[in-house]
Amino acid sequence: MSLLLDAWTIVTVSAGLFFFLAGTIGLLRFPDTLTRLHALTKADNLGLGLVVLGLLPRVSGPLAALKLICVWLLVMLAGATASQLIARVARRSEPSE
Amino acid sequence: MNVSLLVDGSLLAMIVVVALWTIVVRDSFAAVIGYACYGLLLGFAWVRLAAIDAALTEAAIGGGLTSVLLIRAVVRLRSTEASTQAETPGRPQRILAAMLSAAFAVALGAIVLALPDPAPSLAPQVAEHIASTGLGNAVTAVLLAFRATDTLLEAVVLVYALVAVWALTPDRVWGGRPGQKYDADPNGMLAYLARLLPPLGIIVAIYVFWVGADLPGGKFQAGTLLAAMWLLAIMAGLTDAPPISRRWLRVALVAGSMVFLAIGFAGVPLAGAFLSYPDGFAKPLILIIEAASMVSIAVTLGLLVLGPPERSEHS
Repeated sequence: MSLLLDAWTIVTVSAGLFFFLAGTIGLLRFPDTLTRLHALTKADNLGLGLVVLGLLPRVSGPLAALKLICVWLLVMLAGATASQLIARVARRSEPSE
Repeated sequence: MNVSLLVDGSLLAMIVVVALWTIVVRDSFAAVIGYACYGLLLGFAWVRLAAIDAALTEAAIGGGLTSVLLIRAVVRLRSTEASTQAETPGRPQRILAAMLSAAFAVALGAIVLALPDPAPSLAPQVAEHIASTGLGNAVTAVLLAFRATDTLLEAVVLVYALVAVWALTPDRVWGGRPGQKYDADPNGMLAYLARLLPPLGIIVAIYVFWVGADLPGGKFQAGTLLAAMWLLAIMAGLTDAPPISRRWLRVALVAGSMVFLAIGFAGVPLAGAFLSYPDGFAKPLILIIEAASMVSIAVTLGLLVLGPPERSEHS
């Protein structure tokens, strides 16, 4: 059972780290603001979500698990709002054709 | 062991690189963003040193609030930035600056290397007497009982900083509302966040304030959270910044220091010294001071970010 849990944690946290890596590469390599934001949200939503999922079987109790999930939800909320605001400014400052 | 060394090593390297980048980069907006990252990384360093109280404060004040203040300063200075950058200092001036900086760095390094080992510590005395305060968190015990004078002066300094900001007010808008009027879309993302987040933020702030007695937390971190929620509501256009002439505002600003001073002077006849608490009353008195300080800190920090008044009360 504990072997199974270990495997679960290793697989999900590694997958989460992969999304963080992909998001960071995208942030550095993509050509404009909107695509860079698109890359960034992958790290926030999927990357952090998978890391949280992987850590859930490790926590001491249901309260700690709830805190972890709240952290993920709050980061998603903040990330979504900030990207909306940045995208709006980027669209406004774009030269109109 | 090796993994923790790797984590600490890369954290240190990142802190040094971000610090250098913040100094070297020419664009001041980029420098401020670098400074915010630097504050967050320092917060992680405090976590690694198991100083959670310092980490919370560094992330909230160093990474968050100071960066917001600096961003506002950068936006205001933008019109003069190009002309300032065009002025290049002469060679003697540069050499002098380099020599002064190098001398400072050498002196700092010498002092760090000359520190006594083991470092002088009052930790055993704190651990011995902490039971008399009724608190479980040694940091709170030091801040509010053993070295309460320092904390009192810090609270006063914060109000002075706000007075200095208000001193920049033009005469015609004295007593008016600080900052510009925020005109956000009432159905937009920001307004949505400003409706959703404050209830959660206020609960977390009260929790951080309450656990400060026994766990990392306290009035400063809680006050910063409250200030952030207030600013979010103002920036989303849900409420307006209050005119600085309001009586309740002035009372909220000085409440923390006044309560602190009143309890401090009451300690002279009741417990024999300024800021000493009568036996058995330490914890409730500290709680009252912390609650009043939290309100004052929240209002002061919020008004510091909003800046000096720029428009009259009825605009």
